[in-house]
Amino acid sequence: MADSPVVTVHDRPNSYIGRSVPRPNVQRLLHGRGTFTDDIKLPRMVHAAYLRSPFAHADIKSINADAAKAAPGVAGVFTGKEIAELCEPWVGVLSHLEGMRSPPQYPMAIDRARWQGEPVVAVVAETRAQAEDAVELVEVDWAELPAACDMTAALDADAPVIHEEYGNNLCWERIVDEGDVDAAFDQAAVVVEDEFTFGRHTGVTLEPRAIISSWDPSEEQLTVYMSTQGPHMLQAIFAKHFGLEEHRVRVICKDVGGAFGIKVHTYGDEIATAALTMLLKRPVKFIPDRMESFTADIHARHHTIKARMAVAEDGKILAIDFDDLTGIGPYSMYPRSSGIEINQVLNLTGGPYTIENYRARGRVVFQNKPLMCQYRAVGHPIATAMQEALVDHAAQALGMDVVEIREKNLVPDDAYPTKSITGMPFDKLSHHAAKDKLLGMVDYAGLRADQEKARESGIYRGIGFACMIEVTSPSPMFYGVGGAPISAQDGVTLRLDAKGNLIVASGVTEQGQGAEAVLSQVAATAVGVTPDKIKIITGDTEITPYGGGTWASRGTGIAGEAAAQAGHALRDQVLEVAGIMLQSEPRKLDIRDNAVVDADTGNERISLAEVGRVVYYRADTLPKDYQSELIATRHHVPKKFPFAFTNGIHCSHVEVDVDTGVVKLLNYWVVEDCGTVINPLLVEEQVRGGVIQGIGGALYEECLYSDEGQLLNGNLADYLVPMAAEMPDIQVGHVTSPNSDSELGAKGAGEGGTGGAPAAILNAVNDALLPLGARLTVNPMTPERVLRALGKTE
Amino acid sequence: MKPAPFNYAKPSSVDEAISLLDGDATLLAGGQSLVATLNMRLSAPDLLVDINGLEELSGISVDGGTVRIGALTRHRELERSEVIAAQAPLIAEAVPLIAHPAIRNRGTVGGSIAFADPAAELPACLLALDGAVEIAGSGGRRKVGAGEFFRGLYDTALEDGELITAIEVPAAAGNQRFAVEEVARRHGDYGMAGVMASVTVNGETVEAARLVYIAAGGTPMLAEGAGAALAGNAIDEASIGAAQSALEGDLDPFDDMNSTAATKLHLARVMTERALKRIAGA
Amino acid sequence: MPDSIDIPPVVVTATVNGERVSRAVEPRMNLVDFLREELELTGSHIGCEHGVCGACTVRVDGTIVRGCLMLAVQADGAEVLTIEGLSESGEIADLQENFKTRNAAQCGFCTPGMLMTAAELLAENPGAGRTEIRQHISGNFCRCTGYQAIVDAIEETGRNRGEK
Ligand SMILES: Cc1cc2nc3c(=O)[nH]c(=O)nc-3n(C[C@H](O)[C@H](O)[C@H](O)COP(=O)(O)OP(=O)(O)OC[C@H]3O[C@@H](n4cnc5c(N)ncnc54)[C@H](O)[C@@H]3O)c2cc1C
Ligand code: FES
Ligand code: FES
Repeated sequence: MADSPVVTVHDRPNSYIGRSVPRPNVQRLLHGRGTFTDDIKLPRMVHAAYLRSPFAHADIKSINADAAKAAPGVAGVFTGKEIAELCEPWVGVLSHLEGMRSPPQYPMAIDRARWQGEPVVAVVAETRAQAEDAVELVEVDWAELPAACDMTAALDADAPVIHEEYGNNLCWERIVDEGDVDAAFDQAAVVVEDEFTFGRHTGVTLEPRAIISSWDPSEEQLTVYMSTQGPHMLQAIFAKHFGLEEHRVRVICKDVGGAFGIKVHTYGDEIATAALTMLLKRPVKFIPDRMESFTADIHARHHTIKARMAVAEDGKILAIDFDDLTGIGPYSMYPRSSGIEINQVLNLTGGPYTIENYRARGRVVFQNKPLMCQYRAVGHPIATAMQEALVDHAAQALGMDVVEIREKNLVPDDAYPTKSITGMPFDKLSHHAAKDKLLGMVDYAGLRADQEKARESGIYRGIGFACMIEVTSPSPMFYGVGGAPISAQDGVTLRLDAKGNLIVASGVTEQGQGAEAVLSQVAATAVGVTPDKIKIITGDTEITPYGGGTWASRGTGIAGEAAAQAGHALRDQVLEVAGIMLQSEPRKLDIRDNAVVDADTGNERISLAEVGRVVYYRADTLPKDYQSELIATRHHVPKKFPFAFTNGIHCSHVEVDVDTGVVKLLNYWVVEDCGTVINPLLVEEQVRGGVIQGIGGALYEECLYSDEGQLLNGNLADYLVPMAAEMPDIQVGHVTSPNSDSELGAKGAGEGGTGGAPAAILNAVNDALLPLGARLTVNPMTPERVLRALGKTE
Repeated sequence: MKPAPFNYAKPSSVDEAISLLDGDATLLAGGQSLVATLNMRLSAPDLLVDINGLEELSGISVDGGTVRIGALTRHRELERSEVIAAQAPLIAEAVPLIAHPAIRNRGTVGGSIAFADPAAELPACLLALDGAVEIAGSGGRRKVGAGEFFRGLYDTALEDGELITAIEVPAAAGNQRFAVEEVARRHGDYGMAGVMASVTVNGETVEAARLVYIAAGGTPMLAEGAGAALAGNAIDEASIGAAQSALEGDLDPFDDMNSTAATKLHLARVMTERALKRIAGA
Repeated sequence: MPDSIDIPPVVVTATVNGERVSRAVEPRMNLVDFLREELELTGSHIGCEHGVCGACTVRVDGTIVRGCLMLAVQADGAEVLTIEGLSESGEIADLQENFKTRNAAQCGFCTPGMLMTAAELLAENPGAGRTEIRQHISGNFCRCTGYQAIVDAIEETGRNRGEK
């Protein structure tokens, strides 16, 4: 092996790390030439539509599909029972979430439906329109049952029990009790208390979930085109539940139109679509339409929390104590479980601060609503909003400035490595540096002066801060340890072709966040080629290294590192063979800008194209006892820490129209420390997009339900997502504390925006309303709720 | 989310359109409300009668103090029309609040009036301006005043087999002042509350005020009590307050997903004050 | 609802991206499905099918429309331009370049509709400011970006066009 003088990607000449290079794969998207799953047509492909339960809870007494089967274009109609015969049910619990329970779930309802939107009958036809026509002809004899919809009431003694064998609707409970909380509250100068409610919302990826499954009975091969974040995870799941060997399942993921955690679960309608192709032996496409998506996609977030904080005279936080309840639908989602969100709330709350006494209870309850599971920033918005609202509340009670109280309590930057009160190990965070950087961007004194002045003319502006930590790049401690087929490691293969181009294949997927750009930049840097020489391959279980895919902000931290290591290995291979060809010591050579050069002078010795030519076509000119290789695969898994924590601080500036209750977003600032920044352009818009999703939860998004469990706003006109006109410009700054668990030093940056924004906006609104004595502890803060808090409407 | 099957016809005259309307037929104009409901299978007619080919239904003209707007006139044409800006400034101010450019490019005046959404801007403008709707049916043509046209929630004076050919509004007079105030959750959404105000003044004194509210009842709601409270007075804190108080009797809002009836009433009062202050300041 | 087999197909003849095409389709087929399914022009996307998201935006007879709220048969005789045609014409090459350099397309699902909508604004008013740009694209949902990069890209394109 070449003994190269260059040791890390950071020492490379002509580095692409930290440069704002455009994404390599964006051109096709800009020209309308992407390939999203719905763009694919296979020969003899038919289309599925599902009859879904119109009730939150009902027995299926009988199904008559005769008319549907005879309808024009119909290829088949199948009930949940028929689908279940092909497919093993699943159980969405993780063994490390002790005591969690959830019964076996089948792809479609059998005998009983447990949420409005649960698939009941599958209809397959020549066109989607015909399938929908036939769905209308299916007759189901329903017997409606009392439903447990309200998550708080679901634990009442007289609530209808969804799974009779359990006796009640509790899915899981976790209690944390550290230090001496009662004593801390007794000593406190000030105790503040709030009751928070976070609305249930959902992901609304612009491209809905999408799947085409195709079964070849001759080879017993299942090919699935899917818009997904985890091709290998789904391969494992399809194989397991259909009793196939994994190499008989190929999952292909082309362009993905946004995912955010929506496309990383096991959905009954998708598994059933695979069963349909086996039954019909024809490719079956299923794209849930927007209205179906609202009741079939996972929901997230709904929490009610009673929380209090004890604070000393000098502003020191003495203790946090809270009781969180969340409703997850009738089952825990498979394979990630629906316990992780509340687990995160229990783990993360208070994380930025030095806290010695901490008590929390989290309860997860079953209810007759769509399944709730991990969506972008899992738990973070809840933990951060609760914690930051309490901090502001405490500051007000003490008459202290909101920045000052944070300065007093943030974990000192020189305290790392350290652990949170809940045992989360932190490698290196930079709360104070981030806060200082932010205060350099925000004219805080100016904003306060403006606030004073504006109030005189009846204009109410507010400033809200939020300090936060974010879980990124998880190790197997997240899911693998709980028994889920979710890989925490990821791999990258680099191959130099005969013309000196670099082919990069990875198990992570691209869903717009720029995974391919990051791989390209790291590989280009580590090997010494220009990005135009690179072709990236992702999203195909048959040709990419095995890996977990894209979730929990892991692409850059994990696959990026694998790319760096594979790059070193390939570079060594190239230098070894170049050394032979040039009669030079490999360590005196380097690769720069697609050529092997003298390491000292940078003078070109031989192009990579020439190396490729010789290796592949003229191996006869190389020594007989020497076999060259121009391909290297490396995998990476985080080992040192269970998670690569990052930190950030947000500041929101708002104006509340106290007569209409409308919150206007004036300005927004974020400073993030996500370790080494590979591409500032990508990170910054990623952060902004995350902030906008957080604003969605703070001001607009909520799945509204009737008492009977009927979704009232299940369409895009009534479920409000953030649109361009109301959104502010967002200034993003960086602090860099490299990840010590990898050479690259990168952590993740995909979710911090979403995790912090609801807190910053909640605090800004409350800051604006402070002189009026109004305080909100609910998300979204709709005009109605703002007016209510102001006492302007009853 | 594909529509149920339907037949399609594209008549080449108004009479032919009318003759096609017997049976389970629905008129298709801009399609910006109808096609969405078809896609959702909230309606499933046997036949769609597409009136987009009927040139005679398009266009804006002024004739002796009356502005006539053909039913097929698109929202975007209103938005860009100098005639509308000069002669019907209330409409000019309201139109940009309707949806988004691509929708305004297709959506029509006739469709908006016929659909009669109580939160829609154009029906409220029509009523505030005390305009009229021109209707054609097998029995000939008739004109219905805006006050009689809007009857109840999505219910109008249109009979089966009839279509709207145009609307008419009086051209703005020199002593008229107009203002639109609306609060919507997001730009282009249907408003949570709003007022289309047309006020006739004599110097500082209000001669007549037609304040019409959206999302404040089953139809666009003309606030007669508020109008009466303003008439004969200058616009000042007292008359504004009186108009606001009268709204409780004038309006009949109901709870929806965004807000309660009480909030809607509150917002209507806020919009009233803003519109009137703007008018007084102009 | 009538039975779909009893309904005669309608013939749609249109000029799509400069090419004359003719197909017999069901009257109920929406324009965006026609473009995607019949003509295999898959650059126009489907995000809601009820007119809210703007992913299906295409140009018909010179103005942008929602492809999901117009029937294919209504495009009979019309000139239709999709993102594929708009790209090939070179009309928005500058805008596409700015989208690229500003990272204004992430997953790219909203992008064709966004470009279609922006192109109309730039043609009418290249000097539009940020507020106007935001309002103009207020009917185009993007779940990935913070909209800011999109606004930057449109603003920059307008500025450069104005200088020419
Ligand atoms: C996302 C979105 C947001 C919107 N926001 C707003 C908004 O903020 N404010 C607002 O006012 N509107 C809004 N609209 C609706 C839009 O303005 C529609 O254009 C309008 O309501 C209907 O006009 P149309 O020409 O599209 O009618 P169509 O959809 O074609 O028809 C609507 C109804 O009217 C009937 N009809 C149509 N023309 C006639 C006629 N000449 N005679 C008799 N009956 C007729 C039809 O049979 C149908 O029942 C929005 C639409 C969308 C998709
Ligand atoms: S698909 Fe047409 S607007 Fe959403
Ligand atoms: S880039 Fe994904 S929706 Fe806009």
